[in-house]
Amino acid sequence: MIPQLDIFILTLVIVCAIAAISVKDLLGCAILFGAYSFMMCLLWAIMGSVDVAFTEASVGAGVSTVFFVAAVFRTTRRTKD
Amino acid sequence: MEALIHHVVGKYNYWLYIILMMIGLYAMIAKNNLIKKLVGMNIFQTAIILFYVSIGCKKGATIPIIEEHAGMGEHAIRVADYINPLPHVLMLTAIVVSVSTFGVALALAVKIYQQYKTLEEDEILMRLREK
Amino acid sequence: MKKIGFIIVCLSGALLLYATQDFPRWGDPNSPANTHVSPRYIQKTLEETDVPNAVTSILADYRGYDTMFETTVIFAAGMSCLILLRVFKRKEEDRYYRHISTGVTLRVKGEKTIPEKSKEFERIDTIWTPYDLIIKTVSRFLVPFIQLFALYVLAHGHESPGGGFQGGVIFGASFIILAIAFDLRTALRRFKEKTDGLLAALGVFIYAGIGALCLLLGGNFLNYKELARIFPFNKIEARAYGILGIETGVFIAVMAVMVCIYVNIVSEGRHDEGL
Repeated sequence: MIPQLDIFILTLVIVCAIAAISVKDLLGCAILFGAYSFMMCLLWAIMGSVDVAFTEASVGAGVSTVFFVAAVFRTTRRTKD
Repeated sequence: MEALIHHVVGKYNYWLYIILMMIGLYAMIAKNNLIKKLVGMNIFQTAIILFYVSIGCKKGATIPIIEEHAGMGEHAIRVADYINPLPHVLMLTAIVVSVSTFGVALALAVKIYQQYKTLEEDEILMRLREK
Repeated sequence: MKKIGFIIVCLSGALLLYATQDFPRWGDPNSPANTHVSPRYIQKTLEETDVPNAVTSILADYRGYDTMFETTVIFAAGMSCLILLRVFKRKEEDRYYRHISTGVTLRVKGEKTIPEKSKEFERIDTIWTPYDLIIKTVSRFLVPFIQLFALYVLAHGHESPGGGFQGGVIFGASFIILAIAFDLRTALRRFKEKTDGLLAALGVFIYAGIGALCLLLGGNFLNYKELARIFPFNKIEARAYGILGIETGVFIAVMAVMVCIYVNIVSEGRHDEGL
């Protein structure tokens, strides 16, 4: 719970979240979403909840990103906003 | 001034989690594309999970795996040494439910694309009215 | 819509920020969340259940009823994906086949097909994917070790972070790696659809079955100490073994559902081509 590391990773999380909803390419959105999930996993590991961090690493940064890319593969890649 | 800094240092974490929740809520309401709405929903869910997990945190405590020799003899297990495991359990269920809803929502998005050939909300409403 | 959204977000954000005045300081050991029920769980988990990992013992023993319905939710999500997307009609497009010994590619139009088990022709995907030797070799080498690690995570849920969910997701991801590195039909040959559905239901059935077994032996639903009547261990160890049994059920269910959701989304329900 070192405060400097906490603030740094929280800032990265907020930047990733704003970027993930602003890009116009859905594949870039999927990758940024995976990065956001991974930063969240780091944050929980810093706070000491290792079980939740393990689950989020395997589910959020793993399988959820694969589902997202599979869905983008079957629909369109561009978005208007 | 000292009281203000003391107050800010104790609470700034909660403020940042609320900002993250509001980013997710804004994406759910204001974006047109269905998949962007889904991403906003997921950001909202993980921000809430972050808030709950941070409630159980204690300064100077270690992870909630009790050591082997801790309960033996006359030493009682000091509760302030271990962080609170109850929010972690509730949030494990929440993460699993969130990935389930994400999977079903993506299946629905693929089905909508098959029918209307677009994923933007205003175009779908227009094509619904034409029929 | 954007202006309305912005106003709503600002109002809710301001309300929530105002409400944080009453919260306890971050990291306080005497906050209300840390002083009512959880000290009892931390103190008694080792002597009542013989499981050092407090999160696993609360998840599977003290709050085991919630976890059963969470497994049911995952099963319901897998079945909804299957029901929404699965179609059995063939897509009316051309199929591409390749003659193995010479490398000549054929295009077969309309409804005629070459039978699946023929030794000279293999089917290739409509969307051209490059032949990548490194990815195929490495993934074929890695998949058994990934599965072994998933079984390790399941078995060591008592002492280290882990448990049924994490192990199940990793095991399911090993089949997804097989489907991405080779093609979808190779992975489906190893893990057929009927097996998938049966395993998902079997996982939930094991969980509820252990609970019902405790009921039949005379105790409450999901009270594992009744298992000591038929198995040769004492009452405290019976709880640890009951936890291991239900974690196995969760593992099997989660693995089957992850593969089911992936296969149905990536092939739009037809189970013939994919990423």
